[in-house]
Amino acid sequence: MTSGAQASATGRQASLEGTVQPGATVQPEATVQPGATVLPRLLSASGRPADLAEHLRVHGRLLYRGGARMLIHSIESAGLTGRGGAAFPTHRKLTAVADQLGVPVVVGNGAEGEPASDKDKTLLWSSPHLVLDGLQLAAEAVGARRVHLYLHREPALVRHLESALAGRAAAGLDRLQVGLVTAPARFLAGEESALASRVGGGAALPRFTPPRVFEHGVDGAPTLVQNVETLAQLGLISRYGPAWFRAVGTEAEPGSMLTTIRLADGSGGVAEAAIGTPISQLLKLDRYPARAVLVGGYHGAWLSPEQAGRLTLSNADLRPLGAAAGAGVLAALPVDRCGLVESARVVRYLALESAGQCGPCLNGLPRIAASLNQLAQRRSTPADRDDVQRWSALVERRGACHHPDGTVRFLRSALAVFTDEVTLHEAGRCSARSPEPFLPIPAGSPAREEDWS
Amino acid sequence: MAEKLRVNPILCTGHGLCAELLPEQIATDEWGYPILSGTPVPKGLRKLARRAVNDCPALALMLVGDR
Repeated sequence: MTSGAQASATGRQASLEGTVQPGATVQPEATVQPGATVLPRLLSASGRPADLAEHLRVHGRLLYRGGARMLIHSIESAGLTGRGGAAFPTHRKLTAVADQLGVPVVVGNGAEGEPASDKDKTLLWSSPHLVLDGLQLAAEAVGARRVHLYLHREPALVRHLESALAGRAAAGLDRLQVGLVTAPARFLAGEESALASRVGGGAALPRFTPPRVFEHGVDGAPTLVQNVETLAQLGLISRYGPAWFRAVGTEAEPGSMLTTIRLADGSGGVAEAAIGTPISQLLKLDRYPARAVLVGGYHGAWLSPEQAGRLTLSNADLRPLGAAAGAGVLAALPVDRCGLVESARVVRYLALESAGQCGPCLNGLPRIAASLNQLAQRRSTPADRDDVQRWSALVERRGACHHPDGTVRFLRSALAVFTDEVTLHEAGRCSARSPEPFLPIPAGSPAREEDWS
Repeated sequence: MAEKLRVNPILCTGHGLCAELLPEQIATDEWGYPILSGTPVPKGLRKLARRAVNDCPALALMLVGDR
């Protein structure tokens, strides 16, 4: 049941003919609609942001279920999983929060600290109302009385959302007023416990668990944190039903997901793809050969071109290799670049983005980064490789959050996939012809307490 | 019920007292931070384990139920 990826503006319009008339109200749990296999579902088909009038014309008003938990069964049948990276079953998260004693808080997470990912920002620009529908429906499903949207501290984006919320208030769509909270531009700002702290008025720093955020999150209340794409998917499932949702994707991993694509020719963007689409198709590897493919972002893993060529964008394919679809980052490293140089830049960035709260991460990541840089610069001694291995083992699973684990996963995949390059570098050579940096690294590492607020 | 030692790595500042008291269960890494064995605390060490928990200057060490 795999349909190709691609954002086709004309396809969307064609698919809607005869199904949704302007002004018509879509019934909940509709049977499979014609056009269910047409993408994009989430992003606006016109390419322009879908304003409220456009949103209502295409999707109709959101349909409250009339009580807590009532949407959860549909979400379970749909098989929706979290699109923030962990792919945790959404219905289980909703149930876990609804089961708590206190009145829950719901937070839509659009902080997207991952520099290689643009999909949440793109979605918030393109389809703010699908996200905001999902936020209200998730709040209803868990019985929340307080909802927030957590997003990039980008004035234009914040104004865009403020204006969307004002339009919804005028139209009487939202039952709960949504509070906007901005995230600092830090890699870890979107980590659940950091988010809970920030939304509660503190710094966006990860904290020790237990208690978990779903039990004890924002201001101590049980807190549901869902990625903004997950919420938008929920907004669609609530209207069109589980069978429609499952019309693309695989049996085990249904639906579409947003991906941030970087082709080896330097072009790219955000595209919605059916889960199970071949990676080679998404990255056009036939036309733009790659030295390696990064999947899942900077806590993700490198794949060799051969691996990438036979795998699809799905956890079923990627997890056996220690990789994951994550938040949909796919980057094809051009053949003229050095994977070790790129990886050393990323690991240095990750080391600087450590919150610095846990001893092993604070001490280990900068040392790992420095040794990897020696290797990348062809100045390493045999001791460097031993050091990297030892320090990697020392930081793994010893942090309050998964930052050291994700960093080590990325690093180990680099050493495995670029093993020939390691040998060359140790002999003082490098096969790359271009020193031009490829993967995006934001400028400015945190230097002060305020950088985390 | 068998219990395990766990450390809150945010609170831990690497005093190393726990590793001195309980070398059977706790080593230190090259920066002085505890590496826990991860195994249930045997009966004969429970008293020492409780003392390590109580004496931790950063209140970072705890005994938790083994899951």
